[in-house]
Amino acid sequence: MKKLTLSLLTAFIAVVMMYAEVNPGDNAIEFSLTNVDGTTVSLSDYSNEKGVILVFTCNPCPFAKAYEQRIIQLHENYAGQGFPVVAINPNDDKLSPEDTFENMKTRANDKSYPFPYLKDETQDIYQAYGATRTPHIFLLNNEGGQFKVAYVGAIDDNAMDASQVSQRYLENAIRALLTGEQPEPALTKAIGCSIKSKA
Amino acid sequence: MRKAVLLISLITWMGSLYSQVIPDIDREGISELIQKSNDTTYVINFWATWCSPCVKEIGYFEELHRQSGTSKLQVILVSLDFPNQKERRVVPFLEEKEISAPVKLVTDLNYNEWINLVDPSWSGALPATLIFNSDKRIFLEKELTKSELNEHVNQILN
Repeated sequence: MKKLTLSLLTAFIAVVMMYAEVNPGDNAIEFSLTNVDGTTVSLSDYSNEKGVILVFTCNPCPFAKAYEQRIIQLHENYAGQGFPVVAINPNDDKLSPEDTFENMKTRANDKSYPFPYLKDETQDIYQAYGATRTPHIFLLNNEGGQFKVAYVGAIDDNAMDASQVSQRYLENAIRALLTGEQPEPALTKAIGCSIKSKA
Repeated sequence: MRKAVLLISLITWMGSLYSQVIPDIDREGISELIQKSNDTTYVINFWATWCSPCVKEIGYFEELHRQSGTSKLQVILVSLDFPNQKERRVVPFLEEKEISAPVKLVTDLNYNEWINLVDPSWSGALPATLIFNSDKRIFLEKELTKSELNEHVNQILN
């Protein structure tokens, strides 16, 4: 009986995971994923930080490429202030061969990523967060040991040309958190590449 | 020599059949495009040359455009390639794929300011398709098969 309850519970959790989606104000979801250096990185590893800039991104998407240097710069600027970047590649590499673990390693090495680049092998994590495109940002705020989602969406308002940006949505959100405010807007949208899903 | 000239002009002419001038479209243009109220049914596909699922389905939209003839159905392909890729990527792509359906290219890169205008449920991932007339409206944020596209169009038409 206990076994049955447990397996039912596991099935229930699995279904919830599949359809879950986190919005600003919700608790962040724990993950443990393999990094390009072979280590396992979990959200709970960051419990001493003020927050985490969680970025769903990938190798081939032109928007991911356009934002790559800006994401590196965000880490350089904000890791020291308690908001490091954690990048997760959510794409199925059979559908998107440029996103194999080997190609992720090459990319991270070529560009000297100063942050982890994790593979969401089972694709459970991107689905749990409700990420739909690359790049898709979830800014997490550490509220007394519990990571909460503070901002979801775009990095800024000009993917093509960093020099033409007028609204830095993500940076404004981080600055708001650093001064004890809630980000406004807490949700923005952007065009991006659809996540390549097995199902 | 004359034959060569003839051949070259023939090839150029054939290429020009599918080369089209792509008008830019800004926020106001998008807003206008998706709110038409007349007796035509519009099929608006948001796509980009770099988006592999978009490239897979674009032929179905072209086919629909060719079949529509003079009927009250209009297919419009809205490209989200960066404006600086228009001549380098979009024009050659349309020629290669022999696309004759009208194409517009979005110049307003502040996507957050207009994505919700198209549909509040759109997260911004491509491809996405809006099918509507003055009575009915459906928005699909996914890749469509040929039969799915035709079914959805028929649903709106009937």
